[in-house]
Amino acid sequence: MTDALLTLQGLTKAYPGVVANKDVSFSIRPGEVHALLGENGAGKSTLVKTIYGLVKPDSGSMTLRGETFAPSEPREARAKGVAMVFQHFSLFDALTVAENIALGMENPPKQREVAARVTSVSAQYGLPLDPWRVVGDLSAGERQRVEIVRCLLQDPRLLIMDEPTSVLTPQEVGILFETLRKLAAEGTAILYISHKLEEIRTICEAATILRLGEVVGTCDPRETSARAMAEMMVGQVLHVPERAAKPAGEVVLEITGLNAPAPHRFGTSLKDVTVAVRTGEVLGIGGVAGNGQDELVAALSGEVRVKPGMVALKGRDIGHLPANARRALGLLAAPEERMGHAAAPDMTLTENAVMTAATREKLTSRGFLDWGRARTFANRVIADFDVRTPGPDNAARSLSGGNLQKFVIGREVLQKPDVFVVNQPTWGVDASAAAAIRQALLDLASAGAAVVCISQDLDELMEVSDRFCALNSGRLSDPRPAQGLTVEEIGLMLGGAHDLEVARVDGDMTSQTETAP
Amino acid sequence: MIALEKRPQPSRIWVYLAPLLAVVLTMIFGGILFAALGKNPISAISAIFYEPLFGEFSFYYRPQLLVKAAPLILIAIGLSFGFRAGVWNIGAEGQYIVGAITGAAVGLALYPAETRLIFPLMVVAGALGGWAWGMIPGLLKVKFGANEILVSLMLVYVAEQLVAAMALGPLRSPEGRGFPGSRNLSQWASSANPELMAGTGVHWGVVAALIAVIFAYITLSRHIFGFQVRLTGQSPRAARFAGVNPGRMVLACMGISGALAGLAGLFEVTGPSGQITIDFNVGYGFTAIIVAFLGRLHPVGILLAGGLMALTYIGGEIAQSNLGLPGAAVQLLQGMLLFFLLAVDVMTNYRLSLGKREVA
Repeated sequence: MTDALLTLQGLTKAYPGVVANKDVSFSIRPGEVHALLGENGAGKSTLVKTIYGLVKPDSGSMTLRGETFAPSEPREARAKGVAMVFQHFSLFDALTVAENIALGMENPPKQREVAARVTSVSAQYGLPLDPWRVVGDLSAGERQRVEIVRCLLQDPRLLIMDEPTSVLTPQEVGILFETLRKLAAEGTAILYISHKLEEIRTICEAATILRLGEVVGTCDPRETSARAMAEMMVGQVLHVPERAAKPAGEVVLEITGLNAPAPHRFGTSLKDVTVAVRTGEVLGIGGVAGNGQDELVAALSGEVRVKPGMVALKGRDIGHLPANARRALGLLAAPEERMGHAAAPDMTLTENAVMTAATREKLTSRGFLDWGRARTFANRVIADFDVRTPGPDNAARSLSGGNLQKFVIGREVLQKPDVFVVNQPTWGVDASAAAAIRQALLDLASAGAAVVCISQDLDELMEVSDRFCALNSGRLSDPRPAQGLTVEEIGLMLGGAHDLEVARVDGDMTSQTETAP
Repeated sequence: MIALEKRPQPSRIWVYLAPLLAVVLTMIFGGILFAALGKNPISAISAIFYEPLFGEFSFYYRPQLLVKAAPLILIAIGLSFGFRAGVWNIGAEGQYIVGAITGAAVGLALYPAETRLIFPLMVVAGALGGWAWGMIPGLLKVKFGANEILVSLMLVYVAEQLVAAMALGPLRSPEGRGFPGSRNLSQWASSANPELMAGTGVHWGVVAALIAVIFAYITLSRHIFGFQVRLTGQSPRAARFAGVNPGRMVLACMGISGALAGLAGLFEVTGPSGQITIDFNVGYGFTAIIVAFLGRLHPVGILLAGGLMALTYIGGEIAQSNLGLPGAAVQLLQGMLLFFLLAVDVMTNYRLSLGKREVA
């Protein structure tokens, strides 16, 4: 292709023990929204880091606008018009939007001027943003806008976006897509990394699919089904979780007027959360990150203790009980962050099994640990949940994200909880592991447990939930039957888009919700 | 280009190799240092590391090694619990002093009764004294979030003033002709902590140190409390999720290290030192920090490290008297040991990769 903006030719990058990219070639035209698809570990990150100058390829070459392009550092890539919005924001909570943006500039002008440029760029692209607000007070969607505006100020030719929608409500996704379309119309190419296939089908014109570091296919996502793309990604036929329909039983977990203060300055306080969960059902709780999910899990798991009468398990008040007493009674939890919260990275899997299973699996007697039993239990988790590891003596940090997540979920599920609270069960997990985890949750529910599944992935929630409610600024909406809920309704339950009205005034937003699966 | 790469697993070999390599490097660079001072490096190093163990007068030095090593090991074992859990008790020296004071005070209050019960009572009082002194920074941290490093360290100086005041005031020997210092506890049968076997240097403190090593080993490897200590140190958030109460963990760790330091003080004041004096403490509490890390916070490691550190003390004295090495040079050698250990320690979790990455 002669009119290509960026062409990659035979890019190969090997790390000790793994080939991250193998002979990767494709090209992006100006104004094209190009999807890069692949499971975790397929080599997407390495590839975009190569384009952004963070990784140097072992062999292969890149051409940008007809010239050889080999950035040795991000600064050089930025100077040549490549900008990137990372999945994890690099913003300082305590500084204002304008200060944060000025920090990333080579020669920052005066604050006032930065603010003026932020205002004009954000108005131009329909990304409402007040330059004087403190970042710590912004929602995840707004933070992302800060990152995007920061990139747009550089007037990029190619914008790389890594998993941009994982923190957005459907309406915010709509706003983002409008912005991306505007950018594309002006000739900016966008390299869009995601594993949300329906989104890719909505916004992208071309897709390159990576598996194990190699390009395994290209397609026009507008004309390819999500399932077909998923199967190209995974390289096998996908297993769709299925559930055995079963009427809900009696109430096991009852949360009544749960209030809890924010644990730190930029945390979220829980406000009057009330919901009852029954045996055999999966209650899905949606919501954008930072709306009280962590706090809710902590209040239920026992990491944070609450006032009497707020949390009851099987009719018994447990709000004042510490974590292990709640575990003994049958309430288990798995927090979102695997490394350092749900699991201790430097400890072995056996030790990690002891972490939460000591009480219920009777791994101790009179305070002394039975390492033999602990090892057996860890082995059972590894076997039952297909955790890929040489054995239970390996450190948790040596496992990939998906495998560690399977271990963490398996550790709790095998303890046969009566109530299982899980936050982001498949975050950053590849498609086949995600399917296995969802199936485990459904199996747990059909075996008679109550499952509370907190997630930001609406597709996931629709797949597993019997009832759905939304967490917004620490408040929980009334649960509604998940079947038949439309994406518009869910979006409204999630509190809609932040500053959506402002965006409407500026942008011609017509179809914000076409991301529906 | 040389780059450090994080190992997927901590290297087992390096866990053991690092302290050995640190000792070797200390010998080499210590030798260079001594040579720069105009001393024969070989004889200086051998005076420090060889003479006390196998030299002509080793029959005299070997018991001294145990006498020096016992308090170091006892205190370091206590500290290792806190250090593993991320509770930084830097004030073991103060807890050591207070343990000696309270233990001695209980004994002296009963002077001159003759009963076998007095010594055990003093042991309990010594442990409680150290425990109480350790509880001060512990409680301040739990209740008010005060930094335990600063508070425990500052309390060392309070304890130093306290021991001086005690030696001059309440605990001063009525038969001491006005000189500061308490009665000699090692010369009173009820309170003496004598050599248990003649010529070996083994006193009750050595026995207590060995028991502490075994106790710590079992607790850390087999008991749920030891597991929680390790978990808290490695991932505080994961520990809270696993049901560890962070405040209680701080108090437990400060309590254990305080009590063991207090015990060490008590065994010292009833044995080798014999009396409360103005300058009772000689820095065991601080050196024990080095011992704890040199021993990788592992009980058996601490046992060996305590022996090694005692060796540098005794050997250092030999080098000072025989070769005229300045005392500061020996302290420098001890500092080097910790420095090299921390430097080499990187290899446990990282590996060197040579020339793999191109220069940007």
